[in-house]
This record gives sequence, C-alpha cells and structure tokens, in this order.
Amino acid sequence: MQIDGLHFSPLASLFGGLLIGLAATLLLLFNGRIAGISGILGNLLKPSTTGRAWLLCFVLGLIVSPLVYRLFHALPASSVLVSDKALIIGGLLVGFGTRLGYGCTSGHGVCGIARFSGRSILATLCFMLAGFVTVFVVRHILGGV
Amino acid sequence: MRFLVAFLTGILFGLGLIIAGMANPTKVQAFLDLAGVWDPSLMLVMGGAIPVASIGYFLAKRRGKSILGDVLSIPAARHVDRGLLLGSLLFGTGWGLTGICPGPALLLPAFHLSQGLSFLLAMLAGMAIFELFSRFVLHKPTDQH
Repeated sequence: MQIDGLHFSPLASLFGGLLIGLAATLLLLFNGRIAGISGILGNLLKPSTTGRAWLLCFVLGLIVSPLVYRLFHALPASSVLVSDKALIIGGLLVGFGTRLGYGCTSGHGVCGIARFSGRSILATLCFMLAGFVTVFVVRHILGGV
Repeated sequence: MRFLVAFLTGILFGLGLIIAGMANPTKVQAFLDLAGVWDPSLMLVMGGAIPVASIGYFLAKRRGKSILGDVLSIPAARHVDRGLLLGSLLFGTGWGLTGICPGPALLLPAFHLSQGLSFLLAMLAGMAIFELFSRFVLHKPTDQH
C-alpha cells in the first residue's frame, strides 16, 4: 500500500469531521432529530410524511452551504473523473441502496456508530467493503469507467 | 425555531463536508482505492465526527427530551435484515463507482453543475423507485435513520 502524501489532508479532514459531528449533535440536542441525509431525503420524497418542513430546511441548509463557504473563501478543488453513465448508475444505486439499507454514511457511519448501534456498524462495514471492492474492480481490473 | 436550527445545522454539516474534502469525489475514491495511491483522509473525517456525535447522543439521552421540548427521534434497535445488508452493499457499489454519497450529492451541483445534477437526480430517482418497490412489492412501510 502506498499513501498519497500529496492529497492527504489530516487536519482539514479532522476539522471538517468535527463540524459534521457538531451539526449532528446540535440537531439532536435542539430538535431531537438524527442527521441522516438519506433518511431526510427519503422522507421528503415520501407522500405519507408529516411535518416535513424541518427536513426541507435542513436540505436547503446543505444546498446553500457551498455559497456560505464562498462568502469567506474560494471553494476547494473538486473533480469528478467518472463518466455520465457511471454517475447515473451510481446515483440510482446510492438512492435505492441507502433507502433499502435504512441509512448512509451519515445516518449509519456517523450517527449510528456514535450510539454504538450494531446494525449501523454492520451496515457501515457492508458499504465500505462494497466501496473498496468496486473501486478495485473498476480501477485495477476494468481499467476505469 | 426548529426550522432555523435545521437550516443552520444543515449549513454547518455542509461546511464540514466541504472542509473535510467530501465534496471532492476524486478524493473520496482515492480513500476507497486501497490498491492504488491511498488517501486515508476519510478515516479522520469519521474520527472527528463520531466522538463528537457520540457526546451529543449521550447528552441528549441523559436529558431525555430535546432542548426545544421534542421527543428524541432515535431509531429503535431492530434486527438485522436482508434489506440492511443488501441495501448497504448496493449503496457501497454506487459510492465506489462515483465517490459520492447522499450528503455531498446535495452540495455537488455548486461545484459541477451538470455532473452534480445528473447524480443528484439519479439518486432521487433511486429513492423514488425504492418507495414504489416497498409499497407494491414488499408491502412494507418505509422508515429509516
């Protein structure tokens, strides 16, 4: 294994993680809600959901966050190196999979693990494993999509 | 007040994602690429977020109710089912394919308009397909983190 010393960003990533944890903490302490993004989006899409205004407020906050960031600083580098076809297939898998699996990186990976939920730990192991395997197959066996 | 908290924590969560490097799909894929030049930054994102969210969870649990007087909406412990495992594996596959999970998907259009929207719309479609699937095939109400 070779470490990417050029792009490894321990301090920024740790600080970003602290902010994510703080946001989840404040949402739970003030509103009693879990900051699981796929659950929030899924419940917004579901016709039977009642009291969806806060869901919309949270999602709007996320959507405008890059604009807030830009008030203080230019947005950091970001690139998407995959094809449009991969984006569509990946998007469908992420949307369907997170709903079937009851959560995503935030709901299971952060909030679920934070309260020592066995199912969330298992779910996180599953999506991490699938992520590692997929990148290995795509990059090192198929040679990119 | 609840709406303001949701909006502000959404912004804070988004700023955390941007600072952490999660709004850069190529960086996320570099974390998932164990056999390539590996970028371990994402471990630090979780290492920052989980302990803080954990403190938040135990503080909220000790209070019993939220500061604004709401019942805590914490997912009740449920058994591991096939959906949890299969859904998480599908999610991880889509995540590996693109480097994008649901939170960053909401920010990405601000970085890459057309690619970001392609993924976001496909993800929302995947969630909508799940709604139809669970209603007409599984005959099950959907609920998640």
